[in-house]
Amino acid sequence: MAEVGERRITYDARGLAEPLADAPNVARVENGTATFDAHDLTTRQINLELRRLLYEEGVKEVTVENPGAKHSLGVGILTRCKINFEGSLGYFGCGLIDGPEIHISGRVGWSACENMMSGVVVIESNAGSLTGAAMRGGDLVVKGQVGARSGIDQKGGTIIVLGDAGSMTGFMMQRGRQILCGNVGPGLGDSMYDGTIYVGGKVKSLGIDCIPGEWDETDTEFIQRKFRIYGLGDPPEFRKFVCGKMLYNYDNLEPAERKLVL
Amino acid sequence: MCGIAGIIYRDGTRDVGRDMTRMLQSMKHRGPDSTGYALYGQPHDGQVVMRYTLADANTPRDFEFDDRIQRHQTQVVTRLKAAGARIDDVEPETEYAYRTTLTYGGDLKDLTDRIEDIPDAEVLSIGRSLEIIKDLGDAETVSEQYGLGGFQGTHAIGHVRMATESDVDISGAHPYWAYPFSDIAVVHNGQLTNYFQWKRRLERSGHRFQSECDSEIIAVYLAEKMSEGADLEQAMQQSLEELDGVFTYIAVTADALGVAKDEMAAKPLVLYEADDVVALASEEIAIRAIVDHEIDTYDPYEGIVMAWQR
Repeated sequence: MAEVGERRITYDARGLAEPLADAPNVARVENGTATFDAHDLTTRQINLELRRLLYEEGVKEVTVENPGAKHSLGVGILTRCKINFEGSLGYFGCGLIDGPEIHISGRVGWSACENMMSGVVVIESNAGSLTGAAMRGGDLVVKGQVGARSGIDQKGGTIIVLGDAGSMTGFMMQRGRQILCGNVGPGLGDSMYDGTIYVGGKVKSLGIDCIPGEWDETDTEFIQRKFRIYGLGDPPEFRKFVCGKMLYNYDNLEPAERKLVL
Repeated sequence: MCGIAGIIYRDGTRDVGRDMTRMLQSMKHRGPDSTGYALYGQPHDGQVVMRYTLADANTPRDFEFDDRIQRHQTQVVTRLKAAGARIDDVEPETEYAYRTTLTYGGDLKDLTDRIEDIPDAEVLSIGRSLEIIKDLGDAETVSEQYGLGGFQGTHAIGHVRMATESDVDISGAHPYWAYPFSDIAVVHNGQLTNYFQWKRRLERSGHRFQSECDSEIIAVYLAEKMSEGADLEQAMQQSLEELDGVFTYIAVTADALGVAKDEMAAKPLVLYEADDVVALASEEIAIRAIVDHEIDTYDPYEGIVMAWQR
């Protein structure tokens, strides 16, 4: 733990206690690959060390050992690189990223990869709720189960879940795709605007304005391609769900008509 | 926001006070206003432990403050004796909080009512093994103040509170004891929207409430259902139908710990089950505060009720 003045920090789950911290400079770099142990580092120190390695040292691959389910790790990384987290992340892990390929060997908490712009994140275990919230691009692969409201407000990219998904999955989804291999909770695709959800298991109930879609060749090709890329074996049989567009009436008016109404 | 945590050891008694403090301290950001514990220690034959306060932490320290506390404490002792309880031990924990060990075989409601009739007195818990400790500040502050570091026990729940529905004071802090049922306590993360409905309903059937906090009805609701013959899990199952709002709550009895989550899964919960311990908390970081290796955890889904026996 870092020291601030005389007082030892006993608590800093969100990384806010030391705004002026410096990167701890603890990574071992071998053949362009860096490794460091995060066990005794604070959230802020871990993120600063990641940035130092990726932006200043130009390292292309970083392994973080013992992340210990700390919050907000690996956020806002805007460069093409490879990051391995050997362990679990807390809330808001790998949010706001643009470019990296991230591998997490444990579990992630709520809001993992929120606002992800591009890149790939593979999570070996389970994920909490709000996984991939407001995601705009890239691929997010969860090999365990996810909590509720995965891909809420999703605006692009693909979420692949090998296990089950919770309630209100794809809530207010606007674009992008979700491939859910397991069973799905109530309210699937509630109030979705657009995008596609593929479900392999049972759907407890559909949300408002989410309807079964018509399967075509491109769907088969897309799923097979994603399963091939991530080595997930043969895909199970999926059903397709899309937006019924019954809630679209707010925007049906032509600009000229809208003027009249207003 | 609030943070909740629970822990139950499958292999007897351990340092539950220390473990729960670590769990709660790591979730301080979820609620810095107050911290509370419901700890289950080793019961002694025929004895009950009563924890009570004679002022709130915020009570103004006027010139008569100490005298008043002393006067009320004398009354507590007198009334306990009058109720037929033998006082084995009285420990002042802070200037306003007391822990008393009694030998008592009578009606707990009667005993509690006699104590609470004293001005400013509030019984936090009565039980053979349950002890509720709550005060303002973070977990380390409360633990230090009440000397919880050495508390040995079998299971516990805890709560860090961010006050949204009622004041920042001890009576608004969790956990809530299910007055007047011994050894039942609840911590809750969320808001209940049919609070007043249930409060009136439970008041009509003779219960009274210590606070203005919505979470208290869960404790009394469960206790009422259990007194009608339901076990903890059945009572919690019914609560999913009958309580409205968003909630994840943990309820404990002398030998079981259960968790329930609302239909929308609006509030978080991470669950870790191992051979020697079951730990659950709003965030995994709290569980990692007591388990220093990578663990396999998951978020239970909406509408679940789970319970573990000690």
